[in-house]
Amino acid sequence: MTATQIVNRIPLEEYAPLLGEPEVAEMRALARPLRGKRVQMVNSTKVGGGVAEILNRLIPLAEELEIDIQWDVLQGGPDFFEVTKAFHNALHGSAYASNGQDFTIFREYNRRNFDLVRQDAEFTIIHDPQPAGLIEARRDKAGHWIWRCHIDLSHPNSAVWGFLQPYVAQFDGAIFSSPEFSRQLPVPQYLFYPSIDPLSEKNRELDEEFISSVLKKFAIDPERPILTQISRFDRLKDPVGVIRAYRIVKRYFDCQLVLAGGGASDDPEGAIVLDEVRKEAGGDPDIHILELPAWAPLEVNALQRASTVVIQKSLREGFGLTVAEALWKRKPVVASAVGGIPTQVIHKHTGLLAHSVEGTAYQIRFLLSHPEIAKRLGEQGHKHVKENFLITQNLKNYLVLMLSLSRGI
Amino acid sequence: MTSTAQAEQTPFAFFTVAYLTKIGNQCARTLNDFLNGLEECSDSSIFHHTFQTLGSHHFLTEGFSNDFAQWVLASANRDELAEQLAALDIRDYLSIAELRNDLKREVSGYCTQHPNYAAQEALEPFYFCESVEVTEPLGLIANDLREFREGIARLSHASFYFHFISSRLRLHLRTNDFSMWLENSLGLDRLANNVNRIDVYTNTLDSARASLVRLIELEERKA
Repeated sequence: MTATQIVNRIPLEEYAPLLGEPEVAEMRALARPLRGKRVQMVNSTKVGGGVAEILNRLIPLAEELEIDIQWDVLQGGPDFFEVTKAFHNALHGSAYASNGQDFTIFREYNRRNFDLVRQDAEFTIIHDPQPAGLIEARRDKAGHWIWRCHIDLSHPNSAVWGFLQPYVAQFDGAIFSSPEFSRQLPVPQYLFYPSIDPLSEKNRELDEEFISSVLKKFAIDPERPILTQISRFDRLKDPVGVIRAYRIVKRYFDCQLVLAGGGASDDPEGAIVLDEVRKEAGGDPDIHILELPAWAPLEVNALQRASTVVIQKSLREGFGLTVAEALWKRKPVVASAVGGIPTQVIHKHTGLLAHSVEGTAYQIRFLLSHPEIAKRLGEQGHKHVKENFLITQNLKNYLVLMLSLSRGI
Repeated sequence: MTSTAQAEQTPFAFFTVAYLTKIGNQCARTLNDFLNGLEECSDSSIFHHTFQTLGSHHFLTEGFSNDFAQWVLASANRDELAEQLAALDIRDYLSIAELRNDLKREVSGYCTQHPNYAAQEALEPFYFCESVEVTEPLGLIANDLREFREGIARLSHASFYFHFISSRLRLHLRTNDFSMWLENSLGLDRLANNVNRIDVYTNTLDSARASLVRLIELEERKA
């Protein structure tokens, strides 16, 4: 097996202007006792998806800190990925109908990948359910094995979780993105918040000229307030509710609304929701409904940066990293108090929370009326993300986890 | 002022600290549950939601004090109790047991006075978590006041927090590592006192550090 190679490497030093030199020095100090330690990360894809995106950044940073880290990808056929896609949806709470072979296919592919396991690794981190069965390749309880769950397990389908739980119980610990996602397990459970990369195309600084060109491309007026929600066209993101809140705000402020997201072209339900959104908008020229391709990170970045207020009016949410993206850009955010959002939006400190269409509209009006408060919330939101939700913090969490495991804390 | 020879015997070694968050198995949906949680959770959980949260939210200087107060305010919607919990100053506590007792007393008193509110479901549950602490030397040592000032300026937020805020619990004294060293190794009692007076609630860690550096510079000018 060949470890996954990473081409696009960002050195730790490039984060120093954003974090400060002392924070980078601290990272080096924490990594010092881990120099030369063998670490293996395993997931199920090397491109596409949030996990691969995170590993593409984390692995080079860990290597730079002289950790002997290797990233491997579980090999599976279409039948395996069909099964794991069904598992993924079921673990998120969707209905699940087994075809009777699913569990066998899962076990068989995991078994076929046993050679992937680096038996000399001191730390093995298995990401998500797909490679969870590799735990059975562990010999003599060697090393420390941790399961990193990136998905929302708050309402899992009992059949699928019942199948996976015995695998997870064999690990030495599990990491979840929110306390709400954790399960009753006989092993310690750790909290790693999801993170954003401040140097990625979606989050890096942009020049004003580019931002203006994006506004021009989508016929958005830069002179009037811009309210924006970035999310796929999904009922749980309540885009129709956002339009209703905008209409209330519009009575007081001559503003525009941008609803930008993907997911409509390859998702039948997304197309239906997009249709509902267009109907609700009723041809209002100040409502810009933008169906962006799956990867339009620079456009999303520009739209967020051009916004006066960023909205995330979800009815249900996992963690909602679009909120962290907006806060990183120092934007005042009005968001629903659901899922991981209150962790990011500390009400009246790093943004404003709302519980209804009317509440959302009121908070937006408040921010438009008090730009100095909006500015303060945006600044504090930026600091909150800097301290808690950046990829460098994620790396630090792994360092601390490895240090605590190796010291038996 | 202590002699250089004496200072050299006890140089100040700068450390840093990092915390791993462990998810506990307790969750509160009402104030009654919350009170039970405060009674049963581990000391490291109380630490996590009070001392540690002050470190991770140090940039907030108005109204944010600890996770407990914030949950009572934003999710349980009980402003009065939130204010009482926010008013607990961690600098007054030399042990987690004392802090836990005061937290319990405030919540229990409120629940007794307002049994209806105590049973009301909050908008979002409160999850009790714990901090696992890992410390590491930074390889940075100060032998005199100048080196100490230069070292302070090079500290990360976590390191500053470790020496200035969480040190109280370690020392079991109403002071901090910096003041202890200034007093015991350099004999600078007055500077040590002034440093200990810097308000961690109305300052960010950055502004607290700036105040500390200013105080040291004033002392250096006097010498």
